[in-house]
Amino acid sequence: MRNGNGSAGRVLRRLANYGFVTLGALASIFPLYYMVVGSFQLKADSAFSGLIPKAGNVGLQNYRDVDKAISLLPSLANSAVFTLGTVVLTIVIGLPAGYALARLRFPGKPAVAGMLILVLVLPFQVMMIPLYILVVRDYGLADSYLGMILPFAVNATAVLIFRQFFVSLPDELFDAAHIDGAGEVRTLLLVAAPLTKPAILTASVITFIGPWNEFLWPFLITKKHAMQPLAVSLGEYVSTNAATAANPYGVILAGACVLAVPVIALFLVAQRHFTSAALGSGVKE
Amino acid sequence: MSRAKRGGPRSKTLIGLWLAAPYAVYLVIVYAVPIIQGIRISVLDYVYAAPGASVPQPFVGLKNYREAWSDPLLRRAFLNIGEFLVINVPLTVILGMALGAVLAKLARMKAFFRSSFFVPYVVPSIAVIGIWYFLFSQSGLVNHVLGGHAPNPSWLVNSKLAMIVIALEVTWKQLGFYVLLYLAGVLLIPDSLYEAASIDGAGAIRQFRAITVPALRNITILVTTLALIVGANLFTEPYLLTGGGGPNGATMSPALLIYQDGVEQGKPGVGAAIGILLTLFVLLVAGLGAGARRLARNREERA
Repeated sequence: MRNGNGSAGRVLRRLANYGFVTLGALASIFPLYYMVVGSFQLKADSAFSGLIPKAGNVGLQNYRDVDKAISLLPSLANSAVFTLGTVVLTIVIGLPAGYALARLRFPGKPAVAGMLILVLVLPFQVMMIPLYILVVRDYGLADSYLGMILPFAVNATAVLIFRQFFVSLPDELFDAAHIDGAGEVRTLLLVAAPLTKPAILTASVITFIGPWNEFLWPFLITKKHAMQPLAVSLGEYVSTNAATAANPYGVILAGACVLAVPVIALFLVAQRHFTSAALGSGVKE
Repeated sequence: MSRAKRGGPRSKTLIGLWLAAPYAVYLVIVYAVPIIQGIRISVLDYVYAAPGASVPQPFVGLKNYREAWSDPLLRRAFLNIGEFLVINVPLTVILGMALGAVLAKLARMKAFFRSSFFVPYVVPSIAVIGIWYFLFSQSGLVNHVLGGHAPNPSWLVNSKLAMIVIALEVTWKQLGFYVLLYLAGVLLIPDSLYEAASIDGAGAIRQFRAITVPALRNITILVTTLALIVGANLFTEPYLLTGGGGPNGATMSPALLIYQDGVEQGKPGVGAAIGILLTLFVLLVAGLGAGARRLARNREERA
């Protein structure tokens, strides 16, 4: 398809491009569509024709069953506390740290910056045993929100996003504030913070996904069912009790929908601001 | 670094310290201490004791490492991660780069496609496992569509296929994130490069190979590194989708073994040792990747 081939070639190429991304989008969305369809099936119907809901086989029974098995509302509340606690701590601790790393000099800065990168590339499971001992045995934080939050409290990717964001702000902005006599804290609060909304939004979504979706860590440190986030209670249900249900697939998928809908909704609301540029700036290095 | 000259340097230093201190403390408590503790536990005969009780924890050298390594399941687990990466990394790089590059060229509906690709990434693993469990079960949709060609034993209980299903599941779930990284990279490539190539008569595919792929080299390095870490962390899928690393250890992962040995069987020393071995594995694979890149670059320069 040479350049000189004219508009026919261009149209063909455009068609091929849209065909390719449409296939990709279908492959991305189809399993989620199937999750919703399966969650409403009264009797599991995995035949090809089951892709379209059948009038006689649709109902809310699976949602009632999963609620009976794992109490959805308390589990959701635990997920919310675990997740929002993490997001708040990430902003409160991570945003100033990102600012300091981007625009200030202080002793130990290379150590903090180096540690940040190490945290990003360290497989978390490597610390499973020592963290478990530390949090459960030494700090006595088993079955507590603080124990759940601690390893996630300040999301490293979010700190990196904040840092890159402050690096990308023009120097003139800060010079002007300094000439006006504003100190660093006032500069951060009055000049930089109001501009950080996109960075905070992107970082919050990235941070939110972590604890909301996490299974292993809260599973390790919660023995009481009343403390378990939804991902954990649903995971335990999958591994132990699902086989006894009349329609185990439907019950699991109903739980999956309840777990997935809030995080998908958050993403869809935030996605207009959730640009790859904001994300890319965090990982450009 | 000229910034340090502005303002009162000393007060600026103090403020930087104040702003960064909580994060520094956090890094020490949640990362530095456990990392050191993990190395310590891996060379001790560490026993879980009741809080307050003091029990002897003698130094045992490399005993925990020997015990971990003598377990054929551990070697199997590392091989399984290797198989996972062999499937996951090429698929991720090829599809991520291609989708990112095409996405950048779209005039309409870019946001729609971008969001569609990204949605699986935000869906919790547990939910995805539920979907795959439904899709790939004995009587699931996939086998219905395949009819007489359905594998026997079925996907998740077939020791040859179970790891492939997990690798595809994780690839599907993560791909959208990598597409966004590639998209960000493609948008940084100056249009003039493509215009010049176009004037030289290079077609779309040649342009992709000669301009896009090399320009995205750093993103590809990042993507493969992140994919390696995801592979090393693999836990929830083998734990739940294939019933604890089954069938017969075909989907056992190092992280699952850390849990089984270190927590379930009460041998934290062995669990911590596997953690260290897993770190070395990641460093080794990442190092091999870096070496291969250097070799390739040297050859390129000589050619």
